[in-house]
Amino acid sequence: MSREILLDMKGIVKTFPGVRALKGVDFSVAKGEVHALMGENGAGKSTLIKALTGIYQKDGGTITFDGKEINPRTVLEAQKEGISTIYQELNLVPFQTVYENMYLGREPRTSYGTVDRKAMIEGSLKTLGEMGIHVDVTKPLKEFGTAVQQMVAIGRAVSVNAKLVIMDEPTSSLDKKEVAVLFDVIRKLKEKNIAVIFISHRLDEIFEICERVTILKDGELSGSLGIEELDQLKLITYMIGKEAKQLERTKSGYNFDGAQELTSMKNIWQGVRLNGIGIDIKKGEVLGLAGLLGSGRTELAKVLFGATTPDEGEIIWMGQNEKFKSPRDAIRKGMGFCTEDRKVEGIIPHLSVKENMTIALLPQISKMGVVSKKAQSDIVDNYIKRLKIKTPSPNQAIRNLSGGNQQKVLLARWLCMNPKLVIMDEPTRGIDVGAKAEIEALIQELAGEGISVLMISSEIAELQRNCDRVVVMREGVKLKELIDDEINQDNIMEVIASGGNSEIGKEEVVHE
Amino acid sequence: MSNKTATRVDRMETLRKYSAAILLAAMLLLNLIITPNFFGVGTFWNIVTQSCTVILTGMGMTMVISTGGIDISVGAVMALAGIVSMKTLQFGLVPAIICAILACLCSGLIAGFMVGKLRVQPMVVTLALMIGVRGVAQVINDGKIFYMTSDALSAQYKFLGSHKLFGALPIQLVPILLSILVTYFIFEKTILGRHIQATGDNPNSATLAGINTTVTLIIVYMTSAFLAAVAGIFAVAKIGASDGNSLGLLAELDAIAAVAVGGTSMSGGRAKIFGTVIGALTMQLITITVNMNNITYEYAQVFKAIIIIVAVYIQREKTS
Repeated sequence: MSREILLDMKGIVKTFPGVRALKGVDFSVAKGEVHALMGENGAGKSTLIKALTGIYQKDGGTITFDGKEINPRTVLEAQKEGISTIYQELNLVPFQTVYENMYLGREPRTSYGTVDRKAMIEGSLKTLGEMGIHVDVTKPLKEFGTAVQQMVAIGRAVSVNAKLVIMDEPTSSLDKKEVAVLFDVIRKLKEKNIAVIFISHRLDEIFEICERVTILKDGELSGSLGIEELDQLKLITYMIGKEAKQLERTKSGYNFDGAQELTSMKNIWQGVRLNGIGIDIKKGEVLGLAGLLGSGRTELAKVLFGATTPDEGEIIWMGQNEKFKSPRDAIRKGMGFCTEDRKVEGIIPHLSVKENMTIALLPQISKMGVVSKKAQSDIVDNYIKRLKIKTPSPNQAIRNLSGGNQQKVLLARWLCMNPKLVIMDEPTRGIDVGAKAEIEALIQELAGEGISVLMISSEIAELQRNCDRVVVMREGVKLKELIDDEINQDNIMEVIASGGNSEIGKEEVVHE
Repeated sequence: MSNKTATRVDRMETLRKYSAAILLAAMLLLNLIITPNFFGVGTFWNIVTQSCTVILTGMGMTMVISTGGIDISVGAVMALAGIVSMKTLQFGLVPAIICAILACLCSGLIAGFMVGKLRVQPMVVTLALMIGVRGVAQVINDGKIFYMTSDALSAQYKFLGSHKLFGALPIQLVPILLSILVTYFIFEKTILGRHIQATGDNPNSATLAGINTTVTLIIVYMTSAFLAAVAGIFAVAKIGASDGNSLGLLAELDAIAAVAVGGTSMSGGRAKIFGTVIGALTMQLITITVNMNNITYEYAQVFKAIIIIVAVYIQREKTS
């Protein structure tokens, strides 16, 4: 396959205060190629993309695009060259209509100089129609789901004559059906000879859609191969360098029948999301919550943690009836909560790793409100070592760390409190294979120490590997509990599907 | 990722970090050249005495701004402190000061409660207080100016404005140093300091980490009002009169400017206490430079505007 080269990046270097994020990376993409960019968190993927799209200025190296050397200083400049990016957080304006978003910043004018809405509407319908998306473009964007919003972003990229579209984790919040639509769109882009750089942590997707894979590791090129030369294990090996270990279930047998109950929730109602559900967690048990998006898993966890209050229902904690009015109450009783969205509900971005880790612990290592610096440093050093957190220093701002390392810091935030229960909502989302294995090993270690874990995950294999017991939820009700060996993909899917009322077909259930 | 390399990026970072101090140094150097008799002890103490108000209110403003808020009521609160202290001076100086501070703490409590508990926008809350509190200050004395008389209590009050410690150091040094030290201590050493920055940086994360953001915000706005009250009292002592209409007028803007020049991010999360001090001194230095060179005062305003813009430009954070 010797196609014309579209993008050729050579010897790209990028330095941040104290860190060399890219150490001379080569990366090239052919015209009309779907190219996966892979690597662990912190390997330099996003930095490379940002250097390409003008968000960061590279400190060394050359970028040749479509035959000429470019040096974009802003996203707009990159866009003018024909490079468009679809970000994880979509850079659209939710309150404006779909067609306004499509033409944001390049609105066509009428002969009077006013905005030509008719042309915008027609153009949007045409572009989206070609992609196989048929929606009312005069509605505000926010009325549509993530998938449609993403398609609008892609449509926008296509209609500005992009030659290269970069998709950063485009599938992370899509369901299976939406992913299929996205892949159709990618194939259509390919037909138009538009190249796609595809970033994803889901290996299956890489093998389904990509032709070529470039793998980065620690800011260096680890390999660049055609997809036919790779299998999953080989790919993982390129990413983490060491002999990749397959993630497997480590435990067997359920030993919690007679165990002491740590907490239980009874008959919890809240709005339309929780409809009389109850769960219980034993000491040292890893309890999983399975279910589709919108089944009320996170809502239930937030009620337990005191972040929201239920309309009805009771919570029993170590034999006592409790009302948690705020997370503070729950934390005092020995709970910790690693939230699903680290950026919005987890990290305090500009504070250091040290401050982030100890923010909940401070009252315990202070006298009269004055923090003991020594106690703080000791704890932080200990957990950085124990959880193998990669950071140049404990004083580094947490936002400069990779996703996996941020997650470890947040986990350490609760571990240093000696908790009785840690709630983990999608603990490995957006985290690479290596760090994932480490975090899963930690979960088992905690359980071994007698700490209970409530784990929410959309990845059934993850629940299967880690949980002693899984509660399957749907529309805010508990459908069934699965224990030990019963926990597997088929059983869980079957329970979810069978739990629907008769009007809802199975197909719809899966893509809720 | 642990290999540390000094790079251009690092050097730029250093420049940014000390930009406020560099600006101040440049101002001093400029004065050395152009201003006759600039490096006298008198000039120095003059700057200190006159920067009392802006440093005190600036410390409070640094706290408020690092929670992601803003407090534009500080000027009005100063006026309230001035009027209440004069009105109650007949009961003795200490009771008068306590009354003034208590009255101002009420304003801070209202602001903190509205922002922290009811989640109203800080700008709107403190705008209302700015109008309302100054109104109250004027109503208390029917809109008239309180002049100090020559009785013993007034003399005591004036002592707070003109006394020289050890015969040389202006008494304003005491509140200035205390406010800086305490603010620094809070941010560096205490839980409250962490909570303030966490609340400003990411309120969602802060709440879920068990921080009571409501209480944090109430404390912060009350502290700002407290410092404004002290600033008001020292200002009255210096002037020898208290005018509800003009006392502390536009003080909030000077405080915000000092914070901005000092490098504290307006979006919250990062407090630069010494930055604010340097910012306040820079602003004061401009005024003095203009005065000592017999330039019309209005030019000082223009220079200040330029300094604010330059400083904020250097420190701007590249968003990605």
